[in-house]
Amino acid sequence: MTPDSLAALSDGLFSVAVALYSLAVVAFCAQLAFGRRPVRSAELVGAGAPAPAAEAPAEDTRGRRWGAVAMGLTVLAAAAHGAVLVTRGLATDRLPWGNMYEFATATVFVAVVAFVIVGFRAPGLRHIGLFVLAPVVLALVLIGLFLYAEAGPLVAALRSSWLAIHVSTAIIGFGIFFVSGIASVLYLVRSRYEARMADGGAPSTGVLARLPAAAALDRVAHRTAVFGFPIWTFAVIAGAIWAEAAWGRFWGWDPKETWAFIAWVVYAAYLHARTTAGWRGRPAAWVNVVGLAVMIFNLLFVNMVSTGLHSYAGLN
Amino acid sequence: MTVLDRPAVSAPGPSAPRRGVGLLLRWWRRLTAMRTAIVLLFLLALAAVPGSLLPQRSLSQTNVRGYFADHPTLAPLLDRLYLFDVFSSPWFAAVYLLLFISLIGCVLPRALEHARALRAAPPPVPRNLLRLPDSGELSSTLPAGQALDVVEEELRVRRFRVVRSEGELSAEKGHLKETGNLLFHLSLVALLLGLAGGKLWGYEGSILVTEGQGFCNSFQQYDTWSAGPLVDSGDLRPLCVDLDDFRAEYEENLTAASFTADIRYGAPGEDGRPTTIGVNGPLRVDGDRVYVTGHGFSPTFSVTRPDGTAITDVAVPFLPTDQSTMASEGALKLPDLGSDSDDQLALEGFFAPTGLVQGGILTSVDPRPLAPQVAVVVYQGYLGLDSGIPQSVYSLDATQIDRGRLERVAAENLAVGESLTLPDGTTVAFTGYREFAALQYSHDPGQAWVLGSAVALLAGLLGMLLLRRERVFARVASGPGGGGTVLTLASLTRGSGESAPRFAALTDDLRTALAARTRAPEPGGPPA
Ligand code: HEM
Repeated sequence: MTPDSLAALSDGLFSVAVALYSLAVVAFCAQLAFGRRPVRSAELVGAGAPAPAAEAPAEDTRGRRWGAVAMGLTVLAAAAHGAVLVTRGLATDRLPWGNMYEFATATVFVAVVAFVIVGFRAPGLRHIGLFVLAPVVLALVLIGLFLYAEAGPLVAALRSSWLAIHVSTAIIGFGIFFVSGIASVLYLVRSRYEARMADGGAPSTGVLARLPAAAALDRVAHRTAVFGFPIWTFAVIAGAIWAEAAWGRFWGWDPKETWAFIAWVVYAAYLHARTTAGWRGRPAAWVNVVGLAVMIFNLLFVNMVSTGLHSYAGLN
Repeated sequence: MTVLDRPAVSAPGPSAPRRGVGLLLRWWRRLTAMRTAIVLLFLLALAAVPGSLLPQRSLSQTNVRGYFADHPTLAPLLDRLYLFDVFSSPWFAAVYLLLFISLIGCVLPRALEHARALRAAPPPVPRNLLRLPDSGELSSTLPAGQALDVVEEELRVRRFRVVRSEGELSAEKGHLKETGNLLFHLSLVALLLGLAGGKLWGYEGSILVTEGQGFCNSFQQYDTWSAGPLVDSGDLRPLCVDLDDFRAEYEENLTAASFTADIRYGAPGEDGRPTTIGVNGPLRVDGDRVYVTGHGFSPTFSVTRPDGTAITDVAVPFLPTDQSTMASEGALKLPDLGSDSDDQLALEGFFAPTGLVQGGILTSVDPRPLAPQVAVVVYQGYLGLDSGIPQSVYSLDATQIDRGRLERVAAENLAVGESLTLPDGTTVAFTGYREFAALQYSHDPGQAWVLGSAVALLAGLLGMLLLRRERVFARVASGPGGGGTVLTLASLTRGSGESAPRFAALTDDLRTALAARTRAPEPGGPPA
């Protein structure tokens, strides 16, 4: 295949991936709709069980089937998504993360893979699928609309093996933080619901009752952040090593560097908060959400609005 | 499980002189509490924000000047708050110094305690084992001592350190986790020291060098330079660099593919070793580095007076104003060519590596020098170079033009080889171009130290996050009715992962080992 047809194939696969993810979103909705019988949790509350929501009520077969369909569609979509990157890379004969379109596409891919891994290791957490994949679809649509860039060669500054090291790890770290942040958002929502239930509130018949237990969400948020943090740390260090070779100093408070630092500090604060009395639980989860906001800000605002060395306008 | 704040001291009724000390102590405790650390981390993140949203002097003086021009009332206010020098401001320093004091105060006592713990025996067995989060009972037909032997062996195989006492045992492993934690936090301090050292003893100089020219490492020669307060300007490494050839290569779609500079370097007076540097590939000499940070064109001009005095092929660097077409602007000033200070000559020009003239206006359409052209405006009169006000070498002093002391005498577009003649008979010829490279010399003695700290930091982080510290306790008692032995097990884990499945696996292994030793069917039930 010629580079042009590979590039066209990559663009086509992008649409396929978005379509498949959308189907997976529908299937996850169906799983939530049919998945659990909230009546059972109501009975438990009536019996005065201390943490009724933590019990996962049996899922009926319809729900389980939808869950399997949703996971299958997600994996299929992720395969197409991965192929978008592979064909891009083949078309341009380089790593497919040389501009913002490619970087963002790859980051979303890592987020999906992280979710799939979590979903296979802890099937109970597949119920957050809707809340991971809906942002994924939204992000991909926005990426396709606003960030799209034609397949092309890399600018000189990016022709370095550090591209493979620094940018790959940044993508992986970001993708993992994405899942972690979503888990924390869901934790915040769900823990409020559980607190209301503990105060004798009426159980929800909607989505709230079908989310995984707050404790499980908190745990997955923390575990993924613990996994992502050293990767992000490595990405920042690798970036500094690259900057030393490319820009003449290892750290210069370029806007991108500044926000990478801010994100790193916020995630360090999150990990501390998780082990500190008075910060555990909801405050810590908020810190994690702020961390994700900082990461997204760093991707969007800093690339599009501010002018720094990371804009790759040229050699200067 | 991991309550990290030390319990508040309940000070027993202090006497008056002690009260001051007590107050200090209380403040110290508050500063070194984890809760404070989180707040300080947040403050640090917050403090960095304006540094990315407002222009910073350390990044671009030009942008800061632009901001002052756009916001004449606001800018001086912001400046008084150091908001254009955030990362060297006293309040930013205050936040990170407080954080680091807190960190040292938190980590040093922990390090001492850890050093003691490394040598100390595992802690004694708690009284009520079944209260621990992971605990259970096993029964065996083995006598108590033998059952405990089995447990000890199994734990030692798993590399626990085990202490036995009468009828009970405690075991521990995973000190490396705490070592990792301390390594990580202390590396942060080391990293900060490296940064500070680099700032104090480091320096940096930049200069534009046209092909065929060179520079030596001294502050007099640089166009711009900055140096830490402890740099002795007479003590810079004696190194000279000559630029022989510069090449910019482009892809078909005019994406810049590579920039390379062939240079020679060595001590002053030496012949110099040839080498090639470029983007992502600086010259490294004993820890100092020379970078190519930019490039551009230096058009060359020959100027001949009617009386025959001439200067030939003088190259002047023009600054690129558009990286995609390399359209560039600059000025040539010849104060000494004429008869006196009111007969000086200068030109301002626009250089296009591939020029296209439409309606008399020259534009550049390609960054490669395929058809170089210049548009020049020539002035004669007084340049104002000795007026005491510094002026840019890339443009003429507009006030002299406004005052009429510097008069525009000709303007024309020239291709290579063409020339123009001024009213007084002087000719100005555009004879060609050379390329220039923007070179930067950097000296940062803290750099290797910072890298070492960063690597240690990462290693410590991995140890802290991935390792576990586990403690296992066991106690034996004779079974109900005196038959056999009841073994109570418990574990305490600190670190990643869920402890319950691991404890269940350990209990299973122990049950199997006990059964194997008994060589008899296990009489007891599963752990409670
Ligand atoms: C520059 C500031 C700091 C950074 C970037 C930082 C970063 C970190 C990180 C990433 C962790 C891992 C958390 C985990 O185990 O999940 C950690 C753990 C820890 N930090 Fe810090 N830290 C800083 C300052 C401090 C300070 C000031 C203190 C003491 C007041 C402190 C005490 C601790 C302790 C005790 C742990 C261990 C937590 C545990 O064992 O679970 N740190 N730190």
